[in-house]
Amino acid sequence: MGDLFVLAISCIFINNILLAQFLGNCPFLGTSKKMETAIGMAMSVVFVLVMAGLITWIVDVYLLKALNLEYLRTVSFILVIASLVQFVEMFLKKSIPALYAGLGIFLPLITTNCAVMGVCLINIKEDYTFLETAVSSFAYAAGFGLALILFAGVRERISLARVPKPLQDTSIGLITAGIIALTFMSFKGMV
Amino acid sequence: MAQSLAKEFTKGLWAEIPPFRLVLGLCPVLAVTKSVENGIGMGVATTFVLVFSNLLISLLRNVIPSKVRIACYIVIIATFVTIVELVMQAYTYELFLKLGIFIPLIVVNCIVLGRAEAFASKNGPVLSIADGMGIGIGFTLSLAALGAVREILGNGTITIWGGTPIFEMGANFLPFRFMIEAPGAFVGLGLMLCMMNLIGKK
Repeated sequence: MGDLFVLAISCIFINNILLAQFLGNCPFLGTSKKMETAIGMAMSVVFVLVMAGLITWIVDVYLLKALNLEYLRTVSFILVIASLVQFVEMFLKKSIPALYAGLGIFLPLITTNCAVMGVCLINIKEDYTFLETAVSSFAYAAGFGLALILFAGVRERISLARVPKPLQDTSIGLITAGIIALTFMSFKGMV
Repeated sequence: MAQSLAKEFTKGLWAEIPPFRLVLGLCPVLAVTKSVENGIGMGVATTFVLVFSNLLISLLRNVIPSKVRIACYIVIIATFVTIVELVMQAYTYELFLKLGIFIPLIVVNCIVLGRAEAFASKNGPVLSIADGMGIGIGFTLSLAALGAVREILGNGTITIWGGTPIFEMGANFLPFRFMIEAPGAFVGLGLMLCMMNLIGKK
């Protein structure tokens, strides 16, 4: 139990998926201009990442490793993720329309969010068990949400400030992200 | 024909150079540019995937039904990524280890899928190859440039393909470690973007 807690903390803060591992930066910059879109994206990522992490783990252990087909990992993982996203979208549209209205436009974007594919690959690379995979997928996704929402808060303030013309938009966004990454670096050595 | 070919090729080198003009595919840009060598390796791998996936998609553009096109593109791209992965594992094993999970992640690099959707699905094979080459070389140049800035400031050297550094700062130079760490990637890219904005499009 203690090990799982340590794993969760290290995935959320120390190895933060956005600021320390550089995965999922396109939605990080793309959806962080407004707080609502940031929250929508963060929730969709949590939802999809946990499911994708578990399913790809099962596919890898019981299908690819059992049949010695590890070289098909990239192709099969991306197919699993793409079809999962499609399936989740159809399911939500039909059964939970309220949630679909909130997450709807972000779901298709998640297929090409490298955070999802990246975490699935990290889980396999680190030889996690099923339980560890569940914890790490959730914790990475929570770290993604945390960083995204913090960043959106800062960015809303920046949009009111007078930024020099060449630095506007993405440029100042990246520099701000750098400063947030610097604060996250201080978590190193915590575990 | 030759003129438009040259146009499609050169637009990737300046007017639409990723990731500065097209702000796409930032993850590999930030993650692998700790050194020039890694940047070039990643750039060449991405270029290979871009050229061949563009070629195949443009050849198949009239066969693929438009409703399932994204899924088809992803499978085509994933196939070429697997080829790159296996080739790099066999011939450049050290680089393969350094780039780590970012090689399989070329599949979800938005630049590759972006070019497939925006260009290869609408144009002939020759133009699509030119487009893929241009964007790929532009991407490699950007990665190498950002890698050079980070490596010089953070380490004081430039090393390409092992051995002795081809460029070294003087003995009095104190490495600015910040640039090699994660925050340096964001700040470095942000400042380069600012410089590109200052220079302007032409």
